[in-house]
Amino acid sequence: MQREMTADRPRAESERSGDGFRAWLSGRWTVENAADVEREIGGLVASAGDAGHVVLDLSALDRLDTLGAWVLDRTRHEFGANGVAADFVGAKPEHRILLNEVAYRGFQPEPVKRSATFMDIMADTGETVVRAGRDFAAGISTLGEMVTAFVRVCVIPGRFRFASVTNQIEQIGFRGVPIIVLISFLVGCIVAQQGIFQLQRFGAQAFVVNLVGVLVLRELGVLLTSIMVAGRSGSAFTAEIGSMKMREEIDALRVMGLDPVEVLLVPRVLALVISLPILSFLSSMAALLGGGLVAWIYGGIPPEAFLVQLKNAIAVNTFMVGVIKAPFMALVIGVIAAIEGVAVEGSAESLGHHVTAAVVKSIFMVIVLDGFFAVFFAALRY
Amino acid sequence: MAGERTFGSPGAQPEPIIRVHDLQVGFKDRLVLKGLDLDVYRGEILGFVGPSGQGKSVLTRTILGLIPKRAGTIEVFGQDVDALSVPERRAMEQRWGVLFQQGALFSALTVRQNVQVPMREYLTLSDRLLDELAMLKIEMVGLKPDAADKLPSELSGGMIKRAALARALSLDPEILFLDEPTSGLDPIGAGEFDELIATLQKTLGLTVFMVTHDLDSLYTVCDRVAALGDGHVIARGPIEEMLASDHPWVRSYFHGKRARAVMGTAAA
Repeated sequence: MQREMTADRPRAESERSGDGFRAWLSGRWTVENAADVEREIGGLVASAGDAGHVVLDLSALDRLDTLGAWVLDRTRHEFGANGVAADFVGAKPEHRILLNEVAYRGFQPEPVKRSATFMDIMADTGETVVRAGRDFAAGISTLGEMVTAFVRVCVIPGRFRFASVTNQIEQIGFRGVPIIVLISFLVGCIVAQQGIFQLQRFGAQAFVVNLVGVLVLRELGVLLTSIMVAGRSGSAFTAEIGSMKMREEIDALRVMGLDPVEVLLVPRVLALVISLPILSFLSSMAALLGGGLVAWIYGGIPPEAFLVQLKNAIAVNTFMVGVIKAPFMALVIGVIAAIEGVAVEGSAESLGHHVTAAVVKSIFMVIVLDGFFAVFFAALRY
Repeated sequence: MAGERTFGSPGAQPEPIIRVHDLQVGFKDRLVLKGLDLDVYRGEILGFVGPSGQGKSVLTRTILGLIPKRAGTIEVFGQDVDALSVPERRAMEQRWGVLFQQGALFSALTVRQNVQVPMREYLTLSDRLLDELAMLKIEMVGLKPDAADKLPSELSGGMIKRAALARALSLDPEILFLDEPTSGLDPIGAGEFDELIATLQKTLGLTVFMVTHDLDSLYTVCDRVAALGDGHVIARGPIEEMLASDHPWVRSYFHGKRARAVMGTAAA
């Protein structure tokens, strides 16, 4: 390999005569020998010492590229700056052109970022608070825009994008069914198994039915579904909107007189609001099935007994508590995903950052919202 | 000028630096390149033209190893690319630079960092030299020093092209692949870009493989032109030979209204 040949590595031989200093350069002063170039030139400058006149003879130079030319011209310049006259002699025409082309000049160094730890922490904290405030305001305003767009669509039904909504329902709802049902089934099994294991110490293992029934219908079904949907569809939503923004597709919509909120956001959020209650219903049923199965096999509660006990343990309101929460969870996921998607800037890094933020924020907000609902329903004694 | 021009030392036989023989590339059931032959000689600027969608970029990407080929051989620097070991392949990749059509700058890095990526990866350099070299390349391609610390998303189309060229040049490559270097530039910017390529080719002894639609580029900087049609090279040679070609597409390309306008100004 030509690149790996070190036989032609750059060399400098020098001779000192009185006040003068003469160096003969040979070999390849090129980028693949960069480390050698730097070392040779360092040695050359050192051996020149306090000479008053320096001549660099380039006639035996084999190859030169921009790196070599830059280092040579920089050295000449530095000699000059120290009051030493330095010249090139015997440069081949093509090397001469290259030396002129690179022509040494000072560059301002890369700006160094100063860091003061305490101030940085304070500044970061402040920034985070301000950003959280902005996020909240942006959330309200995006929600407002969506509601307006939705109302507009309702008033002029011709503008309702039915195909888009059904397509999104397929993506978010239908294609999400298997994984959500599977996870809920497994969680139902685990809750029932743990319930039986702990309750049998008091001889109260029959109450596992109440535990599974109430826990799944009120909390687990909707929570598991929301978290899965945030991870599955919220991220996709942000990535779609974000990459559309990066590629100016959103601007293209806007200049065609189409409202991106109406075209992109409303169908997606609407699909979320429709899909999530259905998914959370399926999730609850799967979890109850899992719980019932474990109660039968592991706890010895036959299915008929399970159903009778379940009927006593829950009422319509238990089921409704879960279902009522679902559309609100969907709205939170949709709004956060939309805000993060629109906030994507030019870089791939920014896209990744916002997709992560969308998932983390929506899962967090889903859980916070669930807490508020718990307080709310407790106050209503529902 | 009659016949093939010679490059390098006068009288010497032109040495092919890239040699493509009987190359076939296809996607699914469609064959895009149907046994294409092309030589690129050391030190020349070769302009590669052809109708849109006929596989100009496919050829470039196949030579670069980004698209698998179905048949044929590709030799670069006299080595068959199929016969290379992984380290040899890496070494070869250091000897060419590529300017992608959209620039393909790393969006998370500043221009300076973009230019430094290959240098950091392959060279052992002091920080000072690393910085100076990056700035040198950035200035060589005609960018202002204050562009060095900007992110690609803050640059205009022309600046992206220049920054991407600076990155392509960062390891002082022997071959430069340019995919539509002047598309999206204003005529003055495009003219400057052409001049830049010509200067770099002279000073650094580059071989340039340029996919282009820009007739100005073909007239002003290209030593030879090759035209692609129906999966083959349908005409090749200096621009004068292309003008004399009687292939219908080549005729309409070089004798169309736009071409006549360019020729008129070139002759004036």
